[in-house]
Amino acid sequence: MKPVNQALAAEFGLSAEEYQRVLDIMGRTPSFTELGVFSVMWSEHCSYKSSRVWLKQLPTKAPWVIHGPGENAGVVDIGEGMAAIFKMESHNHPSFIEPYQGAATGVGGILRDVFTMGARPVANLNALRFGDPKHPRTRRVVDGVVRGVGGYGNCVGVPTVGGEVNFHPSYNGNPLVNAMTVGIAATDKIFLSAAAGIGNPVVYVGSKTGRDGIHGATMASTEFDADSESKRPTVQVGDPFVEKLLIEACLELMATDAIVAIQDMGAAGLTSSSVEMAGKGGVGIELDLDHVPQRETEMTAYEMMLSESQERMLIVLRPDREDIARAIFDKWDLDFAVVGHITDTGRIVVKHKGVVEADIPLDPLAEQAPLYNRPWVETPKPAPLGDVADPVGIAAALMTLIGCPDLCSRAWITDQYDSTVGGQTVKRPGAADAAVVRLEGSKRALALTTDCTPRYVQADPEMGGMQAVAETWRNITAVGARPLAITDNMNFGNPQKPEIMGQFATAIKGMAAACIALDYPVVSGNVSLYNETEGRGILPTPAIGGLGVLEDAAQAVGLAIKPDQTLILIGDTHGHLGQSLWLREILGREEGPPPPVDLAAERRNGDFVRGQILAGNVAACHDVADGGLLVGLAEMAMAGGTGITLTATPGGMAAHAWYFGEDQSRYIIATTNAAALIAAASAAGLPAIMLGHSGGEGLTLADGTTISVADLVRENARFFPEWMDAPHGDA
Amino acid sequence: MKAIVTVMLKNGVLDPQGKAIGHALATLGFAGVGEVRVGKRIELELAETDPAAARTAAESMARSLLANLVIESFSVEIV
Amino acid sequence: MRAAIVVFPGINRERDMAIALELSTGHKPRMVWHKETSLDGVDLVVLPGGFSYGDYLRCGAMAAHSPVMAAIKAHAERGGYVLGVCNGFQIITEAGLLPGALLRNASLRFLSMDCMLRVERADTAFTGHYAQGEVFRAPMAHGDGNYTASPEDLDRLEGEGLVAFRYAEADGALTSAANRNGSARNIAGIFSPNLRVLGLMPHPEDLVDPLMGGTDGKKLFDGLAAALAA
Repeated sequence: MKPVNQALAAEFGLSAEEYQRVLDIMGRTPSFTELGVFSVMWSEHCSYKSSRVWLKQLPTKAPWVIHGPGENAGVVDIGEGMAAIFKMESHNHPSFIEPYQGAATGVGGILRDVFTMGARPVANLNALRFGDPKHPRTRRVVDGVVRGVGGYGNCVGVPTVGGEVNFHPSYNGNPLVNAMTVGIAATDKIFLSAAAGIGNPVVYVGSKTGRDGIHGATMASTEFDADSESKRPTVQVGDPFVEKLLIEACLELMATDAIVAIQDMGAAGLTSSSVEMAGKGGVGIELDLDHVPQRETEMTAYEMMLSESQERMLIVLRPDREDIARAIFDKWDLDFAVVGHITDTGRIVVKHKGVVEADIPLDPLAEQAPLYNRPWVETPKPAPLGDVADPVGIAAALMTLIGCPDLCSRAWITDQYDSTVGGQTVKRPGAADAAVVRLEGSKRALALTTDCTPRYVQADPEMGGMQAVAETWRNITAVGARPLAITDNMNFGNPQKPEIMGQFATAIKGMAAACIALDYPVVSGNVSLYNETEGRGILPTPAIGGLGVLEDAAQAVGLAIKPDQTLILIGDTHGHLGQSLWLREILGREEGPPPPVDLAAERRNGDFVRGQILAGNVAACHDVADGGLLVGLAEMAMAGGTGITLTATPGGMAAHAWYFGEDQSRYIIATTNAAALIAAASAAGLPAIMLGHSGGEGLTLADGTTISVADLVRENARFFPEWMDAPHGDA
Repeated sequence: MKAIVTVMLKNGVLDPQGKAIGHALATLGFAGVGEVRVGKRIELELAETDPAAARTAAESMARSLLANLVIESFSVEIV
Repeated sequence: MRAAIVVFPGINRERDMAIALELSTGHKPRMVWHKETSLDGVDLVVLPGGFSYGDYLRCGAMAAHSPVMAAIKAHAERGGYVLGVCNGFQIITEAGLLPGALLRNASLRFLSMDCMLRVERADTAFTGHYAQGEVFRAPMAHGDGNYTASPEDLDRLEGEGLVAFRYAEADGALTSAANRNGSARNIAGIFSPNLRVLGLMPHPEDLVDPLMGGTDGKKLFDGLAAALAA
């Protein structure tokens, strides 16, 4: 074993100053295992040392929030004595090293964060960001990630109902895999992680411990370099079958009164779970690693404490309930071992083969975790775009846009995710602006979405952060649901660069403003930093997962239009082309400010649209987002297999700005009750214009230009099958 | 003793995985690769010390679980 | 009709199946753990979808050796009704209750989408509420749904009228476009000789509620409930 000194500490990811802090707390040189514990608990991934100072600014409270950030997942009261428990988590660095397992274990990890609180998982979503499709590695990453998400989610039997996929060269070496899980529990049967009860047994359940992922938490806290291939052993391998057994066994145990506290073993495995459970409870914990179920021989204390073997939980049990608990885990053929007990010492003591390998005071470990207020600079506001001429015409631009990687059909992907298991999926992927999943045995349903527009965040982090939150709110509204709360996944580059830290700080500021204006707090989240390769970072990507509720699932609307409907646009159009997909895909330019978000208008327009949906006046609804108005109309036409004849004409601006500008707070509504709807909008003082009507086989502009819906569908469907199913060299 | 059971799809059963791998090898520039078939190799550590008995046991395991004789065939090697 | 749903470790569509059965029969079906050995008093045994034993080794291979399988075989032998859906179909073929096997999808990818099924005969307890030749929609969710059997077995199945459903176009035409997993002769489901054991890959139990997109699958369960009403 290597000597413990500052050089070793540096290898473990601790700075010289952080190592000195360890020495001060311990009053001596730490043991190898103790150094391991400090290094993972103080890693960026586990301690949030660069981000805590900013995350505090996010609003986290509302009358319907039962638990905000700080527990394993966020808990929101959804009525009828039920709670929705949800969170989104990143598994970025592992997904670059080994895409299938990185994505699979990302799904596994977030599932555990949700069911550890007593919730049966009912829906999965994922936000994926990949590099340039022309980059040699991208194809293999996409293939592995999609198969991994499907492979794990399908086997566990939780429907994957939504998400998003973006491509951009900045993600070439740093794909983002943000996995979100939503579960349901009774509000009076929620399980927390604070340990209690001196002498209570600490029990390990699930898979045996091996050597996977040791230092995975520290790997997630650094950039990649040319050496990253050799990091392969640090990727964990998941077993979704065992996870399914674990879910059933834990839910069975949770139906009894045996559990005092429970937490999953995620990043830094046994270390983080035992430290956090004891720390939150203000108690101490003693572990005897001789009892840890092991699948390798000769494992050291260090290895067992840092292993990130998957599908394991740590439970503090009532002492007289050990037998009941053991019987349940035996039934499901899962390992069950008493590995320690709760003490009143306020310390974590780890024994192995009769030797004390670690003895650390818990309060300083938590309270003196590094907290950095790193230097930061604001991103300068981009210069206004100015006029841009249209080189290709409206029809050609539309075909290019609906065929481009960021807007094309995602069926190739979603066809690999089981979206119907459970029998509660009211709106499947692609059918509506948000996924809609009914609560079993109830009329009510959840509306779920993930959104973010990273190019907006890059140009103006504050506006981009605001827009990400607003877009989830809009998508939930567009199906008729009431938005309740969000989970956030902050994916950024190296926080030691002031411009990156500035992106983070100002994105949070924008997000907070949106949360406040929309009564839409943050209840959970995750931060992933150091998403850079050889000094080049990703677009700042604060991925937002939104959750809302519909009182009556039957009222949910999707985006497919039918013939003989009238199309109406709610919201103002200014023709904003800055940072638009039109500008990027047609002219190859990523310039200008992003479209401004007017939070008051978002609220007014959205509340009006939701009211109209619930009043039964809306047949289909789609918010206007990437690609602008004409893309939104094309998407509704393709979904319904029905044409649209537009009668509205671009007014007061260039045609391409009107058709493709990405002004916010807008909704396209299809209705058979146009007069009533327009009158209501007028009475509410909201901008509403008649766009045209549905029917026929073509999307026809006011000037007579027509594109057949069949052509649109064909072009929209091409990209993924042609790219991914062509014979390739990376089976 | 160690028994190694190799399970392959029967000739005549379509092997799309094998085909996909063949295409990938061709795309990578490996010439002269004909048919590709993919199977499973199952290694069993047996307490039995008599090779004949070990073979009989392994064949029985293959027939009852390790191979689906509707679509697969197997071979046993004793090491 | 007294129905029982067998739950092997890793099964994940037992709740979907219970919902569909309760909708058509008015009763909650009994859930039977795979280690139980008695199916007394059960009219219909259902093996639902999922990933029993993780699909390790082969789909359904290990479940086919579970303690409960002896009781399921005995039940079938005495003329009891058995419905195997997806993983359940795979388990039934592995256990030898129906001929053939399910291979990896021809596309090598998991298929989660609706298919159209043509009813090949309407004179069975399972298909009694459909019309002969009727085409209905059903969700698919499988990675290993590619039905195969020896040419002799396939000829025998067809010759004896034991094909239950085929993948078809909306107008009933049997095309390869309609047969996404590559199954032999577009076969989606088959009967035992006594027409009381049915195995099929798609999930009719996930299309029994208008809110979930349609009720095409409900006729299967309504038909069973009517035929087996005690």
